[in-house]
Amino acid sequence: MPPEQMPPPPLGGFMARNRAAQPAALHPPYKTSVWRSPRAPLLSFPSSLSEETGPVFGQSLLGPLDADLLSNFAAPGETAIGPRIIVHGRVVDEGGRGVPGALVEVWQANAGGRYRHAKEGYLAPLDPNFGGCGRCLTDAEGHYSFRTVMPGPYPWPNGGNDWRPAHIHLSLFGPSFAQRLITQMYFEGDPLIPLCPILGAVTDAAALQRLVATLDMQATIPMDSRAFRFDIVLRGRRQSVFENRKEGL
Amino acid sequence: MPPFIETASQTAGPYVHIGCTPNVCGIAMYGGDLGAVMKTGPVRGEEITLTGAVHDGMGAVLKDALVEIWQADAAGLFNTPHERRGQADPNFTGFGRSAGDMNTGEFTFHTVKPGRVPWPDGRLQAPHVSVWVVARGINIGLQTRLYFADEEAANAEDPILSRIEHRARAETLIARRSGPRAYRFDIHLQGPKETVFLDI
Ligand SMILES: [Fe+3]
Repeated sequence: MPPEQMPPPPLGGFMARNRAAQPAALHPPYKTSVWRSPRAPLLSFPSSLSEETGPVFGQSLLGPLDADLLSNFAAPGETAIGPRIIVHGRVVDEGGRGVPGALVEVWQANAGGRYRHAKEGYLAPLDPNFGGCGRCLTDAEGHYSFRTVMPGPYPWPNGGNDWRPAHIHLSLFGPSFAQRLITQMYFEGDPLIPLCPILGAVTDAAALQRLVATLDMQATIPMDSRAFRFDIVLRGRRQSVFENRKEGL
Repeated sequence: MPPFIETASQTAGPYVHIGCTPNVCGIAMYGGDLGAVMKTGPVRGEEITLTGAVHDGMGAVLKDALVEIWQADAAGLFNTPHERRGQADPNFTGFGRSAGDMNTGEFTFHTVKPGRVPWPDGRLQAPHVSVWVVARGINIGLQTRLYFADEEAANAEDPILSRIEHRARAETLIARRSGPRAYRFDIHLQGPKETVFLDI
């Protein structure tokens, strides 16, 4: 059954965010965070319908090539340059339940580490057949998948000589606006990972490890593409006493 | 068993617009950007425009932010299959996304004035818009709310607004009338006018 036809699960309040597994707003080695991080404590409130609901997107939003970055910007018959990869995984909530119908938007540099953007000045060349963005919806069990090229690492102005590890940016919509998330996935074995001032803001070692996608030979397509697996967890709802009682009756 | 702990957020970076509003940066994709249009036909209620900008701790306007809003329709109903209190206006999505103007950083939403939505205990909240801000330098997306200056009575009994200890800080959540059917809402990431950000 397509996600948009499934009966929606009951809404409920959200569990408090696990801030220990999140980056601090202020992380001075990442210099831009110094003037862009709030200094007052966040104001804590229980969620209401305003945060428990959110925009829900259906399959009708998507075009046939949206999840294929190899060809969604390429001239007919052409394809992007670089190591071909599949990125896939499962989106679950903190209760471990798959999140169906979650919109996953991705963007990245090309294989040379260059973004298609007016403000980008890195000397690596643009690939005329690579736009650098794509999107897909998770299936009924929360699985998502897209095809792309392995992005290159790139230098950025922060310290004197900072390089971003190869990464793909991901934006996620669960059914609730409170679940809104933007993150980045990295690649297993990249020696730049421990040097990155942006990743350094995630001080919980296990949380950092979960941002690293692993080579998945099972999903690799022989003579075509390697595969990397990246699972994502969105915030979870609190199960109310009321709901428990109802199930027990 | 993997630990089911929310995936760590990471900054949206300087090129968030490639992924979220590609058409704004010249990458023609998807037949248009998500959230660029909130009204898909004639809508019920008062049509309004929300504009503003995001400011850093030095007072400079961010030109690489992405602002998203989510709100109820004029009757206080959300356009989602999870809405169980009634049928929201089918011509109003409730979701907006703005990259801001590339030169001025100003964001704009053409929307409707939202109705009142109940708090979990049944009290009515004042009309409000949920706002989410990401940008380079913001490690974890910031949630806040926009309320309306001309809703004094409702604002006075709103469960969130009325509980902000420092009155000057509550003012940071109030959008001001800037013209007929237009409101202005500036977001300050830091400094004396720092916006109240919410941990919901
Ligand atoms: Fe990047």
